[in-house]
This record gives sequence, C-alpha cells and structure tokens, in this order.
Amino acid sequence: MDGTGVRRFVLGLTPWIGAILLWYAVRWSGFVNISLIPAPHQVAAKFFELLTKEGLLIDIFASTRRVFFGVLLGILVAVPVGFLLGWYRPARTFADPMINFFRALPPIALIPLVIVYFGVDELAKLVILFYASFFSGVIVMYEGVSQITPLYIRVAQTLGANQAEIFRKIIIPLTVPHILTALRVALGVAWATLVASELIAAQRGLGAMIQNASTYFLLDVIYVGIICIGLIALIMDMILRKITARLLVWQDRAIA
Amino acid sequence: MTKRAQFDRVSLAFETPKGRLNVVEDVSYDIDDGDFIAVIGPSGCGKTTMMSMLAGFQKPTTGNVLFDGRPVAGPGPERGVIFQEYGVFPWLTVKQNIAFGLTLRANRVVASERDAICDHYLGLMGLSDFANSYPKHLSGGMRQRLAIARAYAVKPQFLLMDEPFGALDAQTRSNMQNLLLRVLQTEGKTVMLITHSVEEAIYLASRIVVVTARPARIREIIDVPFGYPRDESIQERPEFGELRSYIRQLVMDEYRAQQAQMRPVSFSE
Repeated sequence: MDGTGVRRFVLGLTPWIGAILLWYAVRWSGFVNISLIPAPHQVAAKFFELLTKEGLLIDIFASTRRVFFGVLLGILVAVPVGFLLGWYRPARTFADPMINFFRALPPIALIPLVIVYFGVDELAKLVILFYASFFSGVIVMYEGVSQITPLYIRVAQTLGANQAEIFRKIIIPLTVPHILTALRVALGVAWATLVASELIAAQRGLGAMIQNASTYFLLDVIYVGIICIGLIALIMDMILRKITARLLVWQDRAIA
Repeated sequence: MTKRAQFDRVSLAFETPKGRLNVVEDVSYDIDDGDFIAVIGPSGCGKTTMMSMLAGFQKPTTGNVLFDGRPVAGPGPERGVIFQEYGVFPWLTVKQNIAFGLTLRANRVVASERDAICDHYLGLMGLSDFANSYPKHLSGGMRQRLAIARAYAVKPQFLLMDEPFGALDAQTRSNMQNLLLRVLQTEGKTVMLITHSVEEAIYLASRIVVVTARPARIREIIDVPFGYPRDESIQERPEFGELRSYIRQLVMDEYRAQQAQMRPVSFSE
C-alpha cells in the first residue's frame, strides 16, 4: 500500500472506531439500563459463538441468496421494461401512474397477500424481494434512459449507422450506467426488505435470526444480525462500485 | 461545375399551439461541387433548420432539398455533419471515436486501413498524444478537432458544419479556421457552414448566403472575391473591410427585425 492507500484506509476506519467508542460510552454513561445494551466485545463473542456453533454462515448464505436472486430477477425484468418506458414517451404516459402506485406500496404491507397467494416457502420471499427490486430499479432505468440525448444517435446516423448498429453501438453503452445505478438502488432496497420477507415464517436467514432472537429477548443476537446485514450490504455495494468504476472509466466523475 | 445540393423553393413550418410557425420560407439556391457556402443570419432565424434538412433530419413542408439530384431521404455518410455541440462519444477513446464510422457496415474497411486512416487524422488534428484518452480529458478545441476528424474519416464529399467554432476562444477559433482551410485544400470538399460571425464567413467561404429574420428567406447571395489558398493577410485587405461592413449592415438589419418579432412568439419555441 502506498501513502494515499494508507491514508484512505485510516480515514475509512476512523468513523467505525468512533462508533464503537460511542457505543461503549452510551453503555457506561448510565443513561440506559446496562442490560439493554450488550457491549461490543460481548456482541463480538456472540458472533464467533454463532459462527462456530449455530451455523451463522447458513443464515448469511440463505439471506444473501434470497437478496441475490430477488435483485437479479427484479433487474432482469426492470431493465427492458424501464428501457421501453424511457424510450417511448407514449408507453410512459400509459404506465407511469401505475408504476408509481405500486412503487409507493411498502413491500411489508403486501406480506399477508403474498402468504395467501404464494405460501410461506422460498417463493414467497423471492416474490417480495423481486417486487422491491423491480419497482426501485425500473424507475431509475426509465428516468435515466429518457434523459439520453438524441445527439449521439444523430451523429451515428450521419456516419452511416443503421438501426441495429445504433442500438448496439450507441444505445447500449449509454444504457449501461443506468443499469448499474438501478442495480445499486435495487440492492439497497432489497436488503432493507429482507427482514420483512423473512418474517414470513423463515427458518433460516438473518431476518429470521433477528426475529427469533426478539422472541427470547436475545439482544446480542439481534445486534449480530443487524451488523451482519449492514456489512454484507456494504460489501455487495463495494463490489458493485468497483465494477461500475471499471466499466465506466469514461464517465466524468469527481471521485473515481 | 456540377450541382451537389439544391434548395428548390423550400419552406418549412411547424404547427404550434399558437398556430403555424414559419421557420424557412421559399428558399432556393444551389451548392456546386467544391463550393464553400457560409450561411449567415441572426440567431434563431432558421439557418440550422436549413442545414438540418440537407443533413436529412427534417423534411421540408413544401419544395425539395436535393443532393446529387435526388431528394434527401435521411442522414447518410456522404454528408458529414459537424454539430454545434460536437457530439463526441464519451464512452470511446479518441482513436475509437475517429474509427467509429469505419466500423459501420456502410463504410467498413479492413483493420489495417482503419488504423492508417485514424493515425492520419490523429496527426493532422494534433491529437496523436491523446489517441487512447477519453474525451473527458480533452479541451473544447480538441473535442472540436476530434468531431471534425471523425466526420472526415468516412470521407464524405460534403461537409455540413453548424457553428462549429462558436464555443471556442479567439485563438483556438482562428487556429481551427486555418486548419480547416488547409485540410480543404488537400482534400477538396464541398462545405456548407452555418455561422453568425461575418469575419468567419468572409475568411472561409467562396459564397455567402445572408438570410433574413424568421422566417428565413434569402436576403442576398454574395460572392467572396478571394481565391484559395487564403491566409490571415486577406483580413487586412480593404475589400475585406468593405465586404465586412456591408454584410454586417445586412445582418444587423435582420437582427433588429428579429428582435422586434421575437417577443410575442418567444414562448412558442
């Protein structure tokens, strides 16, 4: 690591250390009943206990897999739909109110219906996560695509491009940034929806773990679950940002 | 001289909520092979619309726009367009931008020839050191040169330029004008240039079409009494000054007419 690498690492680490110190401070300040706040080191110990004895990895895997497939399916559908809505203005006038209606519904509110129609298995969780990522992704896609300027298409036409070439060489490269943004937004929303989806009688998963722990008032387990969700979401977002930075080197950004 | 492009009693009107808006009205003139036509007039008068019809982006309401004797049906690689906003592709490197047209079915060439053409224009436009950079690293003047190189690479016989140097500073602008004259000297192309600068029109063009305030009609077509090759010294000649005052007067008259009519219709644009 060179000098700037070290600097960035230290700069990135500082707020985490600060948060842990604040956590200890709140615990020891006496403002809150000490039994209601497990100490960071207790949570860490619990984390290792769950990891080695209770199969925490299975929960992490179950949740990550649900988010992954929910987002994947949601974005696979959101990309073509968002593209069509952004590209053809009449389609947008037609579908816009309906999309906003469904987007405004919190996925949690749909859980009772999802149970009725899709049961309590994996499918039900997938449906909720699909719903959440589709509607957040489709908005980003069509807002982005509708802002693509016709200038580049005109330039390509004057250079002799046919319809297929315009699509492949102009429209696709201009759409990629919006697909990546849609993916990031959907991923964020999907993690937020995860706990809700795992409320549907899930046996495993981080949301289920938190849910079960709350029944027995196991605060340290709840903390472990919350921190795991945050960390995995953070790691996924970092991976996606790396991919974005690589695919979009050409973009004019303040931060690479 | 063979006629390359013809405007034959061309009019164009838009239907707006406030009624019919005539943009171009009964315009006729020919552009011969090897001509350098500059179209000058007050901004917003419809000169870009005129060019856009020849480029194939808009169709006249009445009359005909012909290219090589046939009505223009749409854009095509034989009519290169340099847009006011450049339109360089930000996701491609400088070299990939120049090569873009040559990778299309319409004018595909083998890779070795493509490389040779790219290198030629990279050198000519002074962009060799930036061949693998993305446009975000280029200055305005360099982007302009890149747009010109990209249009030239597919070897159009005819170039349409919409205020190509409008956004450049004075020095870059004069450099680009000289470069354009030099390139035209060696490659012999026909040009239609839209501009609002009287000096630029006289310095570059063989004929100047002065258009009126909207709707654009032809006010006067003026032959420029200087041959090619040209250099900046012609700007010191008394004929240059006389022609400049004369055209400036025409353009100013039209500018005032435009200002007078702009106010009531400015919202409908």
